[in-house]
Amino acid sequence: MFLAKVVGNVVSTVKDPNLVAKKILIVQPIDKLGKDAGQKILALDSVGAGAGETVYCCKGREASFPWLPQETPTETAIVGIVDTINLPE
Amino acid sequence: MVIGKVIGDVVATQKVPSHEGRKILVVQPLNLDGTDRGEALLALDAVDAGVGDRVLVVTEGWSAMTSVGRPQSPIDMAVVGVIDSVTLL
Repeated sequence: MFLAKVVGNVVSTVKDPNLVAKKILIVQPIDKLGKDAGQKILALDSVGAGAGETVYCCKGREASFPWLPQETPTETAIVGIVDTINLPE
Repeated sequence: MVIGKVIGDVVATQKVPSHEGRKILVVQPLNLDGTDRGEALLALDAVDAGVGDRVLVVTEGWSAMTSVGRPQSPIDMAVVGVIDSVTLL
């Protein structure tokens, strides 16, 4: 999984029926200190995340598993909203 | 699998139900000489690892899900072992 920040959303009307009523959000991957790391990507939201929130995302086939048994065509999903990142050292 | 060092953890109240009850560790992947290798990643904990431990991380869904005992859930990385020593021949 990786850390990211929600920076926007995408509206799509004509899409796969399995994507209906799911939020497509634009996320900016961040490093452990909160700085941008790499290109923005699209992620399907499974936890009700909103703009500006720090989240963590899952990549790959597993990204569609929050919606099982529905077979959702996504390769990245937001699977949690981050409250705090503890880095003791 | 990759070698990494646990550098912290993430607290997330709102997340997919299948992640509940498992620590979300922040792991810095390492090269064999101990230097950092790319960005830190998030992995669910399957072996009760702690901050400072050198660990084995699986970076693929099936192995990650089965190691934490949560099949069919959105997990793409898990800590599956604590490393005692590495020997290069």
